[in-house]
Amino acid sequence: MNTWIATNIWLIPAVPLVMSLMILSLPNSARGLGAWFAIIGQILALAMSIFAFGSTLQAPGSATIQNFTWFTFGDSALRLGWILDPLAAAMLVMILLVGLCIFVFSVGYMTDDKNFKRFFGYLSFFSAAMLGVVIANSLLLLFICWELVGFASYLLIGFWIERPSAAAAAKKAFITTRIGDLGLFLGMLWLYHQSGTLLFYDDGKGCLEGGLALLGANTTFIALLIFFGAVGKSGQFPLHVWLPDAMEGPTPVSALIHAATMVAAGVFLVARVYPIFLVGAINGVTTSLTVVVWIGVITGLMAALIAIAQSDIKRILAYSTVSQLGLMMVSLGVGGVGAGIMHLLAHGFFKALLFLGAGSVIHGSHHEQDIRKMGGLRRVMPVTFLTYAVGMMALSGVPLIFSGAWTKEEVLHSAAHWPASRVPYFLLLAGVVLTALYMTRQVIYVFFGNRRQASEHARESSSVMTIPLIVLAICTVAFSIVLTPAWPWLHNYLTRESAHFDMAQLIQPMLILSFLLVAAGIGLGVAIYRRIALPDSHQLVDLDPIAKAQPALFGFLENKMWIDELYDRTVIALAKRAARVSDWMDRYFWDGLVRGFADLGQLFGFVMNSVDERGINAGVDETTAGTRGLGRLMSLAHSGQIQTYLGVIAIGMLALLLLYAWLA
Amino acid sequence: MVGLINTLIIIPLVGTIALYIGRPKNPRAVALLFNALAAFFAFMLWQKFDTYAVGLQAVERHAWIPAIGAEYLVGLDGLSLLLVLLTTIIIPFAFLAQPLERGACALMLVMQAALYGTFVAQNFVLWFLFYEMSLIPAFLLIKIWGGAKRDRAAIKFFLYTFLGSVAMLLAFLGIFFAKGTFDFAELAASGKAGLLTGNLAWLAFWGIFLGLAVKVPLFPFHTWLPDAYEAAPTGVAMVLTGVLSKMGVYGFVRLLLPLFPNEIKIVGPWLLGLAVCSIVFAPLAAWAQRDLKRMVAYLSINHLGYCMLGLFAIASGSTSSSIDAHAALSGVFMQIFNHGITAAMLFYFVGIIEQRRGSRGIDDFGGLMQRTPLLCGWMSVAMFSSLGLPGLNGFIGEFLIFKGSFAIAASFTAVSVLGLLVTAIVFMRAMQALFSGPLSASCSTFPDLLRSEKLVIIPVTLLMFGLGIAPQFIFNIFNATIVQMARLFS
Repeated sequence: MNTWIATNIWLIPAVPLVMSLMILSLPNSARGLGAWFAIIGQILALAMSIFAFGSTLQAPGSATIQNFTWFTFGDSALRLGWILDPLAAAMLVMILLVGLCIFVFSVGYMTDDKNFKRFFGYLSFFSAAMLGVVIANSLLLLFICWELVGFASYLLIGFWIERPSAAAAAKKAFITTRIGDLGLFLGMLWLYHQSGTLLFYDDGKGCLEGGLALLGANTTFIALLIFFGAVGKSGQFPLHVWLPDAMEGPTPVSALIHAATMVAAGVFLVARVYPIFLVGAINGVTTSLTVVVWIGVITGLMAALIAIAQSDIKRILAYSTVSQLGLMMVSLGVGGVGAGIMHLLAHGFFKALLFLGAGSVIHGSHHEQDIRKMGGLRRVMPVTFLTYAVGMMALSGVPLIFSGAWTKEEVLHSAAHWPASRVPYFLLLAGVVLTALYMTRQVIYVFFGNRRQASEHARESSSVMTIPLIVLAICTVAFSIVLTPAWPWLHNYLTRESAHFDMAQLIQPMLILSFLLVAAGIGLGVAIYRRIALPDSHQLVDLDPIAKAQPALFGFLENKMWIDELYDRTVIALAKRAARVSDWMDRYFWDGLVRGFADLGQLFGFVMNSVDERGINAGVDETTAGTRGLGRLMSLAHSGQIQTYLGVIAIGMLALLLLYAWLA
Repeated sequence: MVGLINTLIIIPLVGTIALYIGRPKNPRAVALLFNALAAFFAFMLWQKFDTYAVGLQAVERHAWIPAIGAEYLVGLDGLSLLLVLLTTIIIPFAFLAQPLERGACALMLVMQAALYGTFVAQNFVLWFLFYEMSLIPAFLLIKIWGGAKRDRAAIKFFLYTFLGSVAMLLAFLGIFFAKGTFDFAELAASGKAGLLTGNLAWLAFWGIFLGLAVKVPLFPFHTWLPDAYEAAPTGVAMVLTGVLSKMGVYGFVRLLLPLFPNEIKIVGPWLLGLAVCSIVFAPLAAWAQRDLKRMVAYLSINHLGYCMLGLFAIASGSTSSSIDAHAALSGVFMQIFNHGITAAMLFYFVGIIEQRRGSRGIDDFGGLMQRTPLLCGWMSVAMFSSLGLPGLNGFIGEFLIFKGSFAIAASFTAVSVLGLLVTAIVFMRAMQALFSGPLSASCSTFPDLLRSEKLVIIPVTLLMFGLGIAPQFIFNIFNATIVQMARLFS
């Protein structure tokens, strides 16, 4: 498979990068040109990635690797590299296809924005960085692109920077993911230290090949630190809090970055370095993978529960994304790498579809995002409604023609066969019901029943927005062809095996059980929210039926289980306190010591001065004064009057004579 | 190559004299002219520098005061050249940050000469002379042209640093009486066997340590820095953080580590602890600052803390393999260069928004992105570089330092990672306060970047990108030096 593109795979991220730089250096008035550059960049990169994908088909199971030296320090070299393997190729195509749809959609969605051109510059930059993550053959290069992806996400969440909430969300996203990134950073340092290289594959010497043997007893820690990075990026518990807030960004951004691609990078990372997680596995179970499973299960269930009680159309989808990412993590953890990545790819399509559909709804409803204020949109926005329904059924897992059903099925299948425990499987089944429930609720609120405040004047979006919806809906449906258990082509492509057609695989008890659960979830949703869906019902929609029945539980879920508040009062408060204490220590303690030292010096000076003034100097002064006084006294004698002198001489002579006479 | 170094030192001094005698109308232009001349010679030095050669190059040696072992001995190795280049970049950058009076220009040029001298001198007496010579112009520049609280800050800065210098001088006198030489190379040669013995060794070690720790500064000897940087005029703050602080790091590499390898090994964990304190507490304190200049000043302490972490790690590790020592040392050198540029850039930006607003409290601004997108964009680049975003210059140095020190002092390194997080928080908060939200009324008449400002910012920012993406050209300067130095520690 040494085709031209396989050996020049770096061109795929390079094209959007160049486009991004060109767009950003255009004048602000060149709006249309900016969008064209971005879209052409996507098309070129997509064409190349399809060729690259094709080249991986020619020789199944192999990978093309290009390593190069970034720089030399001392006498060692730091090497980076690119890789094209089935995992990378499949990701490339998905990212670029979804990306292209979203770029086109954005032309319509952002049409009134005054920073239209800059938006496409940022989007292209994001695309380049994300593609870099996928084809990196070095943990360092992956980390670099990973950070740049986070940076692009920061720029795009905060795109409407004049809104304080957007700026706060951007900050929160960057800092929360950076907490995870620092774990990854430490894991990377540790891996580098142990294996001596950060290249994944390097003729048998890479850290996922020969280097694995050098990791020794620290492997679990290294794997967990790397996983911590994935937790941050993929919105897993306990670092999931940034992702729902990230919905402050424009909806195409939510679709591309916070649903289809970037947030999946964590899952991708785990899949990429999977051999590290597998070191020392007994029956496919290791400590690190067990942690992955449980984090995934907790995240999946928690987010699905929270999604039920949200009323913002995008937040529901955001929690759904968190939940689905948890599902993917479980899949990786229980050993179903192929299944997890398949779900990632399928999720990329249908979640992008759902977000763009939500964007279309929001655009039509004058930027209202509260589903309780919408309603009845299915007649006025038929294309949006139909495509949204496709996405909803794929996400809920309605079988046969919707891709999500098959991939979710694969994940459940892997979980059911996990040797360590069956509990995750049952919890995932509960998640399946919840997913179907919250999606049904959302669709009923938005598309059925009366047209409430926000949707009164709604109308269908323009074709520049609906065509991407249709394309994504077709992808969602068509994708299922390669996913079914009857012909698991994609699964075998990813796991580098060949696929066989076997219709009998379609009839399995497990399959039927989960499909029944999906039906139960949807049925439950319809049962609960039936009255809202009735066209002429005057049902008060402000109060959710579940809220009426279980106000405490609903409030708990509506407030996102109070996790944000908990963090605010604990970790964040502690950090702020630490900042104030550091400042105080600096001003008063450390500087106080310095000032104390200076005061000591001054005191010493004062004492010396006193000694000088009152001791030494005083002595000198007294001597001087004494001398002077004596002089003054003496000077009295020197009056300059001859008669006095003569008189004194006469007295003296007389005295001497008397003395002489007395002595003689 | 002969005479190039002397020329380099003399040019700024000639500039000073020209300013004094010529009384030009535009003293800054004259100073910049001499800067350009110096840059030419610095570039010549770089061109003629043999990157594969080990040891000093372009050495000049003249007898000076033989009785006390003082020689005029200058020469270049990779580290010296790196710092000479850094000085050459930062000084004109600082001149361009604000208009300066004739006297200030002259003092800046004296400082430049002193900095060149410090980085090329290879004999302690000569080195110390230059080292102190840089202090006096810095003191006067803060004292005369500084902002509010300048008197106190200048005196604190001067006395604190000077006290450190005195301790160092006494230590070196002790060494001289024991060894009879002030030559760096000769002293380093006997460092491994133990330069001095007993208490004298420790006295000399701590004396030199104190002098350098104050200069860098290393926690907890740093409290002069926020005051001095806050009071200093923008350009002076840029030179202080960009180059003067590097004199301390340079001193550690050139003096303390080679001369006292055994002593450092013994107290290594304590020194590492101080470095970690610099790394963690300084950005925390920066978080609590309301004044942007003080905030950037505190972050400078944090960034120099990474240098200290790398140096103390390799000096205290006994079994470190050569790749770790190479990584840590090259990381430190990269960090020296990168921090010089990035921190100067940050002070430059604080200076230009202060010029527009008349104050620099973090809450005095808001919504700048709407009014001055270019200013915000380029300023963000500097901030992201400072918080270590890959692709910009800050990342490589920090990565290599962490790589090297993780192998030797894993737990200290792991704690230091917190510094990276807090730095990010500090910058995120600053960007949010400055750029986002509705446009503050007090900023509504701000001009965006002026052409003259763009001409300064764009080249420096391009350099930041260049260093972050293709840094080999910088590594080439010091790779041979690093290999040689690393042998000292293995």
